[in-house]
Amino acid sequence: MSTIQPKVSEPVSDELALVQAAKEGDVASFEELVKRYDRNVFRIAQHITQNREDAEDVVQDAFLKAYTNLKQFQGQSKFYTWLVRIAVNEALMKLRRRRPERTVSLDEDVKTEEDSLPREVADWSPNPEQQYNQAELREILTRTIQGLPASFRTVFVLRDVEGLSTEETADALELSIPAVKSRLLRARLQLRERLSRFFQKRGSADGKPTLEPGDGNQ
Amino acid sequence: MKCSEFLQELTNYLDGVIDDRTKVELEGHLSWCHNCYVVCDTTKKTIEIYRDSKLYELPDDLRTRLRSAIVSKCQGLKKPSSEKI
Repeated sequence: MSTIQPKVSEPVSDELALVQAAKEGDVASFEELVKRYDRNVFRIAQHITQNREDAEDVVQDAFLKAYTNLKQFQGQSKFYTWLVRIAVNEALMKLRRRRPERTVSLDEDVKTEEDSLPREVADWSPNPEQQYNQAELREILTRTIQGLPASFRTVFVLRDVEGLSTEETADALELSIPAVKSRLLRARLQLRERLSRFFQKRGSADGKPTLEPGDGNQ
Repeated sequence: MKCSEFLQELTNYLDGVIDDRTKVELEGHLSWCHNCYVVCDTTKKTIEIYRDSKLYELPDDLRTRLRSAIVSKCQGLKKPSSEKI
């Protein structure tokens, strides 16, 4: 069985020059950095906040905060990792404001009832994506990931969707490497188990399971 | 290798950061333990399906609007300050 090959975008060699020019007040250089990473920041923000308007605000706030604080960026990490750290903090603040009753700290190691060995070990149909049309599949994936605790969701999105390395994810979230690995394993297993409801092999007469209201909420 | 030990190594295995000896043990386990084989295979598919899903793509019109807003606010500022985050 082959391993997962992450989509890692290598930093472009002119990036430090753009950062340097932006530090000197060249907004056009900063705009180039915005163009490079706005899609990623939006995706991360929407995954964390689960809300489109909040995600829009996070994109603006994160880039403005990055611009205002560029002098703090010393180049020890990639600019993108530094930017992600700002964006994640902004997104978590939005989430805390919106849902003050729920814990949204990334430092807390969330115990869930799904932490033991996988319970349902049904194999998936050969082409699970073809069981559903694109809109249905999108709905399944969205609702499934929304049901994860924020700390798992965030680690999964940075590592597996955005392709950051374990070290970069730890750096961006200010977590230890073992903490990132532990959350990633649990996030992957929980998503797998939840997706199995939809993708497992079924008898020919069975209908497809559908999302019920309330799915995706903890 | 027991099933619980396989699970501990699963993330390292999928990420290709596992030492050769553990990898041989893990693949030996997968060769006879069907449940763990399915967990491994479907976890890998879980990652791939999310990675390829293009959830939350930024629409072009929104992208343009956000970028203009950011740029105009940056222009309204002076040079980036050394203020602490």
